[in-house]
Amino acid sequence: MTLAQAILSHKVGRPVRPGELVVVEVDHAMTIDSIVPTVIDRLEELGAQPRYPERVSLVFDHVAPAANVNVAEAQRRGRDWARRTGVNFYEVGRGVCHQVLIEEGVARPGALIVGSDSHSTSYGGVGAFGTGMGATDIALAIASGKTWLRVPESVKVTLRGRPRPGVSAKDAALEIVGRLGADGATYMAIEIHLEGGAEEAFGRSERVTLANLAMEAGAKAGIVAPSGEILDLYEVPGWLRADQDAVYARELEIDLTALAPRLAAPFYVDNVHALSDYAGAEVDFVFVGTCTNGRIEDLRAAAEVLRGRRMAPGTRMLVVPASSQVLQQAMAEGVLQSLIEAGATIGTPGCGPCMGRHMGVAASGERVVSTANRNFKGRMGSPEAEVFLASPRTAALAAVLGRIPDEEEVAP
Amino acid sequence: MTTPHEPRTTHRLWLFGDNVNTDDVLPGKYAPFMVGEDVFQNYAFAHLRPEFAREYRPGDLIVAGRNLGLGSSREYAPEALKKLGVRAIVAKSYARIFYRNLVNLGIVPFVSEEVVSAARDGDEVSYDIRTGTLELRGRTYRLEPLPAFLLAALEEGSLLEYFKKHGDFPGVE
Repeated sequence: MTLAQAILSHKVGRPVRPGELVVVEVDHAMTIDSIVPTVIDRLEELGAQPRYPERVSLVFDHVAPAANVNVAEAQRRGRDWARRTGVNFYEVGRGVCHQVLIEEGVARPGALIVGSDSHSTSYGGVGAFGTGMGATDIALAIASGKTWLRVPESVKVTLRGRPRPGVSAKDAALEIVGRLGADGATYMAIEIHLEGGAEEAFGRSERVTLANLAMEAGAKAGIVAPSGEILDLYEVPGWLRADQDAVYARELEIDLTALAPRLAAPFYVDNVHALSDYAGAEVDFVFVGTCTNGRIEDLRAAAEVLRGRRMAPGTRMLVVPASSQVLQQAMAEGVLQSLIEAGATIGTPGCGPCMGRHMGVAASGERVVSTANRNFKGRMGSPEAEVFLASPRTAALAAVLGRIPDEEEVAP
Repeated sequence: MTTPHEPRTTHRLWLFGDNVNTDDVLPGKYAPFMVGEDVFQNYAFAHLRPEFAREYRPGDLIVAGRNLGLGSSREYAPEALKKLGVRAIVAKSYARIFYRNLVNLGIVPFVSEEVVSAARDGDEVSYDIRTGTLELRGRTYRLEPLPAFLLAALEEGSLLEYFKKHGDFPGVE
């Protein structure tokens, strides 16, 4: 059995096979400010209340704080609903939904979590089966405590060895998406195994980055086999393991010791390149943050590059911590100081300008280097803006150089 | 199954390529909670095909290549299409969340390599959701039926309607 099969079999109470449809109890259902109005509409249409309010979370992160009156009204409706129903509620500034559910301990090895955000695959970083759905699916999960799923086939990805200095989990994640393609794992799970030093090199934060970007290969779930730091942080159930004879739709192995920094060029996440293909291109705006790369490890990596240096003239930089905990830790460690002294500015914990709604959208003709997970046309504002996706280290270098760096410059 | 438009009348075919994502279907800045519940559908394909929302007539058929609807889980992307009168789509393949959202909203997600390969943008097309037949360029195609679970949901109008009526999901055995 694969890890996805192991989790779904545990939930169903019998061994399940890829391809079969199952109706399963979910451990948690998550929704967000931008989707909750529709979720409430659907629940009202059904005449239903949350079946298990304690297994539901509402997080305000997508346009938080509210950018206009429509959003403010929608958020007020969400707050009222949360108060009335008793679901877990996380206010503006608590952080990006996925980071919050990890920090709150909701995401844990073997859990089945559905969220009204496609990057709900992130929970796989701790060994959970996390998957994204639309508002109606989430409303049905909230009303019934269940959802329907097709048991996925799995693609096995083995990351082997310790990455070279300056090369991060983001580079590995982009490499995976580039190799599989944007629909390389559609309807499937990506099961990631860390071996030969990778299990120590990549802690929880890095594993969440890997699981997060599994979505960009179309995956239903991205599950990193628990090892290393995960074994220290969580109790991992004995049944949560992939069998030696598990059958995979495809297997892929990446030698991390030979991996170079990567970037995804406009307008697709699977348009993955070596830095040298774009090195020297001028950069207007650098954004460090999101559920992909807004954790303390990411802010540290950016601060390490910026310490004692300044933004290049004509380049601006926004850092949005993924959560209030990350913000506090960055403050305590002096990371914020380094970022601000270098000329960067800090935004409210949450999604920031990732989807082009507020807090720093891009103008036509502007080039952005972002640590987020999507670079589709118009994603961050103008359809004539170009978004390049890269690691926090590469992004911070782009800010001080005012251009996309070369591979050699990224090495410390 | 419900057929809100008259079967066997002729509609315009709107052809899209591979990897059309949900930011293409409805850019994030035009989300209903940004611009209002009543108007967001007017921004469907705002960047990719600015004339679409203006010229689309209910029953016109969207035909697309591989991996339609990749990206964000935003259900308001297919909901914008539903509001404009889309009742069925034919694609080579769908991204999984988009596929679920279509079923949940009651838009029938047909899969056909043949139809997509034969289609040209602006073609006249007639189709019947109930029988799964489609006529294009003088040829009749039989579209593959959906899995029983999804068919049961769509026969009540959508998965939401099914749940409303039965208080549970369709059987899976």
